[in-house]
Amino acid sequence: MEATSRLAVPEDLAGLRERLKDRLDEKKPRLVVCGDTGCTVRDSRELAAAIEKILSEQGLSDRVELKVTGCLGFCEKGPLMLVFPGAILYQKVQPSDAGEIVEKTVLKNELVERLLYTDPESGLPVACAYDIPFYKLQNRALLETCWYINPLDIYDYIARGGYAALAKVLGGMTPEAVIAEMKEARLRGRGGAGFATGLKWEFCRSSPGEEKYILCNADEGDPGAFMDRSLLEGNPHAVLEGMIIAAYAVGAKEGVIYIRIEYPTAVLKLEEAVRQARELGLLGKDIFGSGFDFDVIISKGAGAFVCGEETALIRGAEGKVGEPRQKPPFPADVGFRGKPTVINNVETFVNVPLVINQGAALYHSTGTESSGGTKIFCLVGKVKNTGLVEVPFGTTLRQIIFGIGGGIKDGKKFKAVQTGGPSGGCLPEAMLDLKVDFSDLAQAGSIMGSGGMIVMDEDTCVVDVARYFLQFLKSESCGKCFSCRVGIDRLLEILDRIIAGNGSVEDLALLEELAVTVKDTTMCGLGQTSANPVLSTLRYFRDEYLAHVRDKRCPAGVCRSLFRYRIDEDLCAGCGACAEQCPAGAIKETDEGCYRIDHGLCTVCGACAETCALDAITKD
Amino acid sequence: MVQMTLNGLRVEVEEGMTILEAARFYGINIPTLCYHEGLSPYGACRLCLVEIGPSGQSKLVSSCTHRVEEGLVVRTHSERVVKRRKMLIELYLATCPQSRVIQDLASKYHVTRVRFTPRYEDCILCGLCVRMCAEQMQGKAIGFAHRGSNRKVATPFDVKSEECRLCGGCMYICPACQSRCQGPQEEEPLCNACLNLDQPCLNYFDDNMCFMDPCVACELGAGREAKAKSRDGRL
Repeated sequence: MEATSRLAVPEDLAGLRERLKDRLDEKKPRLVVCGDTGCTVRDSRELAAAIEKILSEQGLSDRVELKVTGCLGFCEKGPLMLVFPGAILYQKVQPSDAGEIVEKTVLKNELVERLLYTDPESGLPVACAYDIPFYKLQNRALLETCWYINPLDIYDYIARGGYAALAKVLGGMTPEAVIAEMKEARLRGRGGAGFATGLKWEFCRSSPGEEKYILCNADEGDPGAFMDRSLLEGNPHAVLEGMIIAAYAVGAKEGVIYIRIEYPTAVLKLEEAVRQARELGLLGKDIFGSGFDFDVIISKGAGAFVCGEETALIRGAEGKVGEPRQKPPFPADVGFRGKPTVINNVETFVNVPLVINQGAALYHSTGTESSGGTKIFCLVGKVKNTGLVEVPFGTTLRQIIFGIGGGIKDGKKFKAVQTGGPSGGCLPEAMLDLKVDFSDLAQAGSIMGSGGMIVMDEDTCVVDVARYFLQFLKSESCGKCFSCRVGIDRLLEILDRIIAGNGSVEDLALLEELAVTVKDTTMCGLGQTSANPVLSTLRYFRDEYLAHVRDKRCPAGVCRSLFRYRIDEDLCAGCGACAEQCPAGAIKETDEGCYRIDHGLCTVCGACAETCALDAITKD
Repeated sequence: MVQMTLNGLRVEVEEGMTILEAARFYGINIPTLCYHEGLSPYGACRLCLVEIGPSGQSKLVSSCTHRVEEGLVVRTHSERVVKRRKMLIELYLATCPQSRVIQDLASKYHVTRVRFTPRYEDCILCGLCVRMCAEQMQGKAIGFAHRGSNRKVATPFDVKSEECRLCGGCMYICPACQSRCQGPQEEEPLCNACLNLDQPCLNYFDDNMCFMDPCVACELGAGREAKAKSRDGRL
């Protein structure tokens, strides 16, 4: 670790970076182990410990660098490991593989072929991470850095150009120039609504008053979304740098990071990052000798989905109950502690240094006319390559799901993709060529949201999906607005009826009317989007709803009241495995030596169908 | 003063007023449940929705919490507003059909069916009692607890509150506590008896300008008459 000294002027940063130059030595062997949640639960920490032990045993600790980083992205194949030089990606690495990797790859420059990614099309192993389609088709402008830095070490970040944007801003840009740069870059908020960041900052700057605040929304709550957490855990200093620049632009002296307590690792890393930044004088009084003061506090929320809504977040950060209030007044006028406040999402802040470093023109050259830059998505669900995916705005859903994601698992057919988390919509195959952009997605009846993307295959019932998301929203609604609290509850009542096989065609009309009412009459973003799962599935999958209510049939075979299991007597070999498995004792042997299900007792759990080796048990 | 358009009329209202106050000032009645002149606006019942903005980009906002702005275009009884409002009243009827206030709203706004299973819940969480206790009685004995469909009005930790002076202000103001009049359909989730009354004032005033709450016709005993009529099978 370098000797700690305060960076008094922007030139000090350049000097420090010069001294850290050997950290960028590309020839030095470097082992990078993913330390993110997905890989950690699959023993990546043990892997790192095993490597460390071997390195010290063999006296290689000085020559070979070992790094535990944030998310490397390709979560499907975790635990992941990168070996530099060459960016060789090893997947599904176990602690027992450590010796072989050190011996072969580090010492002899050979590949451990069994740990390499195999291209599903050619069947050949791919060594370099950049050649793997999952990474090759992305534009990892924000996530790339996470491969190279230890999130707990500010010097790693500085060595790779960290805080240079801040030095540039404080070294000679006026706040107006910073705002103009954001506007020209067409940077839009990544939290979901896509409001122009520059404009938001300008509103806050021109709002009267000396006391202003910067709030960072790190209350990521969508099921299946972890973009913000990955950024916070992989590159916390980028978030801080973005916040400091924002503070300078709007004239704020204090910032708050509102983070959910369910992200303990991210909280730890942020706290450490704040401590290190303070030590170097990047937070605190007179940053870079510019006379500009700024510091942040970390406010831990109890993890409520509704606190992602900015007015609820403000109340949460103030220590009150997280309930939204009506806008206007907008937070840019009346926000945290009643003062003008800018609230941006984690990912938005990470984009800010990039805009400054690259310049607005270059930044805007990626993305679409209205939205500049890239967006991170969490690609999850029934897709081959799940993980963190970063693509420019304007990339089509097909490119993301079938190009980067590698298509649907187990040779099944694509059915729908849910974008924007629980309050987003389900888009069918016909919409796959839709460009991912705020306005395009909204027109199609979904939302951009913060970037969750859940892929569903033909075995998914959309009615069941709509019910699942509504159940989530029912418990996450703050409950203040009658239309949201009771509306969602009644929507669920109707969906339950349909799923139980008691629905009627009139129910669909009522469902739609109620969904529109909830969308139209509720105050905050949560309520206004909460009907999207119902409305979008009704719009694109009405046939499936009709099958439920008219034919009392669930085409995907998910809704248990609407199908039965049947044993095909021609295929049944009479082994009795199904009868053994059946928890209800509903399967009995017949006189002909095969088995039959007693539908009076059957609970439609599906254990028998899973057990049957001959696939003689089918849904009927 | 602020210039705005209210249902097509250019009007001048005082700055700082809410849309609801402005509309009432100009004689247009917007239904409310969680609003009370003596308490801070809350915006939870959503009945006071109005449509603002030019058509095509208009949105619905609760008029009790939205302040008037220069050039604001407001429609208090547009087709969209009325449709949503009726749906909300239908939801209220299904939630708390035993409340006279809600039954009156149904009759007044011509809600003639309930397509949801009636639940007979005691509380609609309008928050009047909470604000009454805190703002008028200086008690702060009750507040909201929990989230979403578990939300309820409660004393801290559900134990008897030291702050409560048993003044009864909460009960006085509660719209759900007001039991139904002895109309002809008193057992049904939806009464609608007042729909069949000849309201004496309708010759002079439009529907949405009636301020009598509850309806004067009902108060004068017409409700009982209607009951008698329905017994005779003439209704």
